[in-house]
Amino acid sequence: MSDTAHGVGGLPFDASKRVWPNELNVFGALVLIVVVFEVLGASLMGQSFLFDSQGRFDTIFNEQRLYIIVLQVSIVGIIAIGVTQVIIAGGIDLSSGSIVGATAMIAMSFAQVAEVNGQPNPKGVFIEQGWVDLPVVVPVMVGLACGLAAGLINGLLIAYTRIPPFIATLGMMVTARGIAKWWSKGQPISFPTQEYAAIGNGFGGWMPVVIFVGLAILFQLILKFTVYGKHTYAIGSNEEAARMSGIKVNRHKVLVYTIAGMLAALAALVLSSKNLTAQAGMGVMYELDAIAMAVIGGVSLSGGRGSIVGTVIGALIFGVIISGFTFLRLDAYYQEMVKGAVIVGAVVLDQWRQRYQALRT
Amino acid sequence: MSDIILETRNLTKHYGGVRALQGANFVLRRGEHVAVMGDNGAGKSTFVRQITGVERPTSGEIVFDGEPVQFAGPIEAREAGIETVFQTLALADDLDVPDNLFLGREMKLFNLGPFSILDYKGMREATLRGLQKTAVKIPNIRNTIRNMSGGQRQCVAIARTATFHSKLTIMDEPTAALGVQETAQVENIIRNFKEQGESLILVSHNMRQVFDLVDRIVVFRRGRIVANLNKPETDGQDVVAYITGAKTGAEYEDAA
Ligand SMILES: Nc1ncnc2c1ncn2[C@@H]1O[C@H](COP(=O)(O)OP(=O)(O)OP(=O)(O)O)[C@@H](O)[C@H]1O
Ligand SMILES: [Mg+2]
Repeated sequence: MSDTAHGVGGLPFDASKRVWPNELNVFGALVLIVVVFEVLGASLMGQSFLFDSQGRFDTIFNEQRLYIIVLQVSIVGIIAIGVTQVIIAGGIDLSSGSIVGATAMIAMSFAQVAEVNGQPNPKGVFIEQGWVDLPVVVPVMVGLACGLAAGLINGLLIAYTRIPPFIATLGMMVTARGIAKWWSKGQPISFPTQEYAAIGNGFGGWMPVVIFVGLAILFQLILKFTVYGKHTYAIGSNEEAARMSGIKVNRHKVLVYTIAGMLAALAALVLSSKNLTAQAGMGVMYELDAIAMAVIGGVSLSGGRGSIVGTVIGALIFGVIISGFTFLRLDAYYQEMVKGAVIVGAVVLDQWRQRYQALRT
Repeated sequence: MSDIILETRNLTKHYGGVRALQGANFVLRRGEHVAVMGDNGAGKSTFVRQITGVERPTSGEIVFDGEPVQFAGPIEAREAGIETVFQTLALADDLDVPDNLFLGREMKLFNLGPFSILDYKGMREATLRGLQKTAVKIPNIRNTIRNMSGGQRQCVAIARTATFHSKLTIMDEPTAALGVQETAQVENIIRNFKEQGESLILVSHNMRQVFDLVDRIVVFRRGRIVANLNKPETDGQDVVAYITGAKTGAEYEDAA
C-alpha cells in the first residue's frame, strides 16, 4: 500500500491532480516572448525571428540566430548555475562578473604560446620566466584555483562573520576587478595555445553550449537528489530550522559560495578561450545577468525555491530578448533599459507569485 | 547504570544583560515524565535550548546518561539520544514532510559525503509509518510545510521525534495550536513513551494536560526554578501560586 499512499487521513486528496510546476509557467513565458517577436518580425521586418523565412538554411529554423542565442547565453549561464544555488540557499553573489575578469587575466597568462609568427609573443606575460607553451591543465588549474579562492573567501566571510552576503560579495566584486586591472596594468593578454583555445571553440564552436548543458544537468541532479541539494533548499527556506536540525549551516554556505566561485572561473576560461584574449573588463555586469536569468527562471530571491531547469529556461528567455532586440534593430541603449526593466519585472513577478500561491493553495 | 538520565547543575544563560536562566538545578530519572511550567518569558525554552545543544550555556554543567556533556550542536544531542520538538518547530517551509522528518539525518542510497544520493522512497515509507504511529492527518506528505495548517506543522514536528527512538524526548509546548483530537493523539503518544520507559520533559501551559500526563512538575519563574512538585502532593491552585510568585518552594527561597 505504501506505493499508493500519499498521506494519512484528513481531507480527501486527489493524487491524479499534480501541482503545476513553476518551470512550465516559465517555459510558457519563453514561448510567448518568441511569438511576440515573430509577430513583430512579420509585421515590422517582413521576416521570421527564429524560422528560416528566406530559405537560407537546411532546416526550417534560422540556425544562425539560434546558435547565437544559445552561445550568448551559455557563458553567463554557467555562472547562473552557481548563482542559482547561492540564491536558493538564501544568499546572493555579486562578485561573479569580477571573478570572471580576474580569472580570465590570470589563467590566460599561463596559457600563452612562446612565439607568434616566428616572433616572441608580443603580449607574453611570463616570457622571461619561460612559462609559455605550458600544457593546458596549468591554466585550467590556475583558473579554477582563482575561482575557488574567491568563492572560499566569500563563503568564509558570510558564514563566519556577520557580514551580509550582499556586502561581502560586493567587496569581492570590487577587489577582484581591481586584481584584473592590476594584473597586466590594463594590457590585454592574448595568443593562447591551441589546446587552450579548444576550451571555448571545440566541437565546431559548440563547446560553451556543451559545457553549459552538461553542468546544468549535473547541478539539476545534485540539487534534486543529493544531501547537498536538500540542505541548500533547507537553509534558504529556514536557516534557523536547518541549524536546529543539525545541518552544518556555516560549512554548507562555504561550500555553496566556493562552488559558485569555481563556476564563475570556469566561465572565464571558456570566455577567454573563445575570444582568444583576456581583458580586465571581461565579465562586467555578468553577475547581474546571471541573477536575472535565475530570477526570470523562477528562483526566489527570498531563498528556498527554484531550480536549475528554471534558470536554464530563464537564460533562454534572456537570450531571446537580447537577440530579439537586435533582430528588430533596436538601439543598444534601449536594449539595456529594457533589460533593466525585465530584471525588475521578474522580481516583482516573484513577489506576486508568492502571494498568489498562498491564495490559491 | 545510574538511575538519573539528565541532571543540570547551576545551569545559567545570559543574553547580554538578560538573565534568561539562572542556576537551574534539575534532575530527571530514567522513565520519568516531568512537566516544566511557568509564565511567558520564564526561561523554559531557554532551558530547553541549553540542554539540546542549540545554544552554549553561560555557565553550569549538564550530565546526560551518566556523562558530563557539552553538545557542540543539536545533532550531537540527537546522536546522544535527545529528541526535541522545539517551540519554533524548526521546519523548513519549502520542503515536504519526509524531507523535514529526515532533515539533517537523511537516508542515503550511496554515501558520497556531502553529495550522497538521497533515498527518497525509503524516507517516504518511513514517514508514512511514523505518521501512522502518531495518527496525524496529512492528506499528502509531498505537500510543502508552507501550505499546511499550524496544527499539521506541529504534528510533523512531533512525528519527527516519534519516528526515531531516543533516551530522552523534550517537547516545548507541543499541543499549543492543536485541535481536540490532535491534542488527545499527542497525549497518547506521550503515554506510549511512558509505557516504553522513555524519559520526557514536557513544557506546557495546559494544567489539565500536565496533571494527566506527568509524574512531577517543575516551575520556572523569571529565569529560576522555584518549585519541584510531585504530582500526588500538589494541585492546580498550588502550581498557579508558584507560577505567579504567590509561593516559592522552601528549598528555593534564597534563590528567588
Ligand atoms: N536570543 C535571545 N536574546 C535575548 N533574549 C532572549 C533570547 N532568547 C530568549 N530571550 C529572553 O529570555 C527570556 C526567556 O525566554 P524563553 O523563550 O525561555 O521563555 P519561555 O519560558 O519559553 O516563554 P513562553 O512560555 O512564552 O514560550 C525572555 O525574557 C526572552 O525575551
Ligand atoms: Mg517557550
